Amino acid sequence: MTASLSGAAPDVVSAALDTFPRFLLAHARTRGARPAIREKDLGIWQSWTWAEAAREVRGIACGLAELGFKRGDRLAIIGDNRPRLYWSMCAAQMLGGIPVPMYQDAVAQEMIFVLQDAGIHVAIVEDQEQVDKLLEVKDQCPELLHIVYDEPRGMRHYSQVFLHGLDELVAAGKIHDANHNQFLDREIAQGQPGDTAIMLYTSGTTGKPKGVCQTHHALISAAQGGCSFDKLDGDDEILSYLPMAWVGDNLFSYAQALVVGFTVNCPESGDTVMTDLREIGPTFYFAPPRVFENMLTQVMIRMEDASAAKRRMFHYFMDVAKRCGADILDGKPVAGADRLLYALGDLLVYGPLKNVLGMSRIRVAYTAGAAIGPDLFRFYRSIGINLKQLYGQTETCAYVCLQPDRQIKLDSVGLPAPGVEIKIADNGEILVKGPMLLKEYYQRPDATAESINAEGYFMTGDAGFLDEDGHLKIIDRAKDVGKLTNGAMFAPNYIENKLKFFSYIKEAVAFGHDRDMVCAFINIDIGAVGNWAERRGLAYAGYTDLAGKVEIYQMIQECIEEVNAELARDAMVADTQIHRFLILHKELDPDDDELTRTRKVRRGFIAEKYGVLIEALYSGKTTQFIETQVRFEDGRTGKVAADLVIRDARVFPHAAVKTAA
Amino acid sequence: MARQIGDVILDLKNISLAFGGVKALTDISFDVREHEIRAIIGPNGAGKSSMLNVINGVYRPQHGEIVFHGEHRHDMDTHAAAEAGIARTFQNIALFKGMSVLDNLMTGRNLKMKCNFLQHALWWGPAQREELEHRKKVEEVIDFLEIEHIRKTPVGRLPYGLQKRVELGRALAAEPSMLLLDEPMAGMNVEEKQDMCRFILDVNDQFGTTIVLIEHDMGVVMDISDRVVVLDYGKKIGDGVPADVKNNPEVIAAYLGTQH
Repeated sequence: MTASLSGAAPDVVSAALDTFPRFLLAHARTRGARPAIREKDLGIWQSWTWAEAAREVRGIACGLAELGFKRGDRLAIIGDNRPRLYWSMCAAQMLGGIPVPMYQDAVAQEMIFVLQDAGIHVAIVEDQEQVDKLLEVKDQCPELLHIVYDEPRGMRHYSQVFLHGLDELVAAGKIHDANHNQFLDREIAQGQPGDTAIMLYTSGTTGKPKGVCQTHHALISAAQGGCSFDKLDGDDEILSYLPMAWVGDNLFSYAQALVVGFTVNCPESGDTVMTDLREIGPTFYFAPPRVFENMLTQVMIRMEDASAAKRRMFHYFMDVAKRCGADILDGKPVAGADRLLYALGDLLVYGPLKNVLGMSRIRVAYTAGAAIGPDLFRFYRSIGINLKQLYGQTETCAYVCLQPDRQIKLDSVGLPAPGVEIKIADNGEILVKGPMLLKEYYQRPDATAESINAEGYFMTGDAGFLDEDGHLKIIDRAKDVGKLTNGAMFAPNYIENKLKFFSYIKEAVAFGHDRDMVCAFINIDIGAVGNWAERRGLAYAGYTDLAGKVEIYQMIQECIEEVNAELARDAMVADTQIHRFLILHKELDPDDDELTRTRKVRRGFIAEKYGVLIEALYSGKTTQFIETQVRFEDGRTGKVAADLVIRDARVFPHAAVKTAA
Repeated sequence: MARQIGDVILDLKNISLAFGGVKALTDISFDVREHEIRAIIGPNGAGKSSMLNVINGVYRPQHGEIVFHGEHRHDMDTHAAAEAGIARTFQNIALFKGMSVLDNLMTGRNLKMKCNFLQHALWWGPAQREELEHRKKVEEVIDFLEIEHIRKTPVGRLPYGLQKRVELGRALAAEPSMLLLDEPMAGMNVEEKQDMCRFILDVNDQFGTTIVLIEHDMGVVMDISDRVVVLDYGKKIGDGVPADVKNNPEVIAAYLGTQH
């Protein structure tokens, strides 16, 4: 089955395969008994074959047609990664419609914009929670005519005529399909590769979200390119747990899965992902840096609780791995003694560790969405996990650069992916061109024209350069890179990533543009720091209390000084050592608009909201009172107030000699 | 279809209970209707828990009569109560701390297991089939209470709020027709209380389970119960729908104290 792997889909080589519904039907025809998707339900993994999946998708499609859904309509999809929600995407595409997956953890008010902008008539949602949110905003979205729910629990008392159970919809659809045999096949036949296959809304780090329209052709090109590059085929397994509204999930769990036909696994719930990961043992995995960070934090917490002997063994072999692990993975020459030690370490530490993380079978793992700290990246590669960085945006189907096996550089995102062309503009901005570019921003010709230049290059907004081997290095967001008053380059992300490598620091925001020194806000990781405090018998009442403790400040200060020492070693960034810092009294939270839904820091907003704290950092004050409004998960608001302590951190003299080489 | 409150299924008549010279309950009468949520409230030491213990047969009252599903008796018997479909949770969590959530919930199925000890020990044939069947039921409870992520965690390692939820789960695993909840929300924070309220309402709604609960949080009681009975010093001082009870001067006096 895996004989031909020459960039095209291995199992279903056929000229007519140019839309996702056609891929689905081809898999159902040629390898119908193979598992297409699994979901853990009531404690047991249930699976559906390609043939079964195709039948279900047809049912949903015809059911949607009965509701009046037609070519060109947009279908909102809101919920966790559920098989029937993935099928709904394909069902909409069968009818020539456009699925619009939305972030399931968004509060109702945030959904209004997308519902209105995309002109949604029909929404398929996961459960009562999502139905309630839509009901809350339905008056503001008069175009929303039908809401379909997957999970009927708790829905018995809803009598609104525009609410429909997905079960009933599918049942009606199957009857429709049987009675109108030609209808759906005709609709599928009408689909063109140039049709918009999906609309994904940008996270909106700046300004209002925009609907990015991607065609079947773009996504299929990106999927085929990615699969051939990393040799993914129909035998691979992936765990799908990231928001369906994110382009990464779309490329890996939908486009690639349909193109080469591997198996998608849906976790039981958001809280069980780690357990599910272990049970499935995927061969292909992707996660934003934050998830890899959390995993490492968990490992470190548990190691600190382990017995002294185990701890020593762990640290000894982690040092071995640090020395030679990445080189072994890359096939570089390594001394025999180190090889032997590494093999022993694999037996005693790395192997069991990978097993606990559910990564024993991983052939390739990607990280994307934000720059990953080099130390974090090195950690996973050193224990033998083929973790790679990947670079791309929603507008490029998350497909611009990939790291080739054995040529992994820690500080680059790799070579341009097959079919992609990269150019660096004069101001350092990265420009890309290829089949995976967006068709347009939905109903925003102005924004489309702004982001694609006259020569057809998409302007990424990232600053970077190509190194001597042609690998792309990303510095920061082009607009985030600033300068200190002495002219030194200030790349906040770079500093923050260094800070975030400490398991105790969950989030950091560095300031320094147009200032004479760098200062930082720190968010502690309540899990790691709480554990640290408990082991020292340090009582605390909650996040705010813990964040203000002197002992915690001391510990964080040590972390910062370590980062400063590291920064001092590199002439490029030695000026951007952190002079002063404070620990925030609350966690930065997307519900309070401080992070995007993909957990990226919204600098401008934070600088404005906490302006008084920044002023205090730069005016030499040692404490500052602050009161902040917070929004709880259910939409209510409250206030958190605290007197924040501001501390100075030690900075180190430049060690320019060391970096001369 | 909203649940319909049915006929009286439990009628307590003139119940008196004393421990030596201490009169825990004095001449108390009230009834519980099918599918309703019935709250028992009162200050500390009012006899609320004693009342629950009388209902499921832990205590035997010296006087009075209990009519349960038309059957007249002087007192209940714990085993008979459980077999008749009465399950309960406790004020101070009574789970097996060293066992996993799953195993704790499986103990809730104990009464429904038919195979003998030897068959279970060998885990063969009917015993295996039986366990799988019960496991399925337990998994439904786990899904219902949204505790998938702690399925295999030893109960002792869970935070208090979750332990309370697991205890509710064990009671639900027995598929009770009547559920006695002794302070299901004591010691919880606001969010945990909201969750618990939602689960109690869902149980009542989805399975039609009759619920008798003791609770101190007046906001919760007034929100979720259909009728409330108020005890003070072992005597009944109020009985009715929440709005009436709230305005009953005797109840106000018992809770807030009156000026003398």
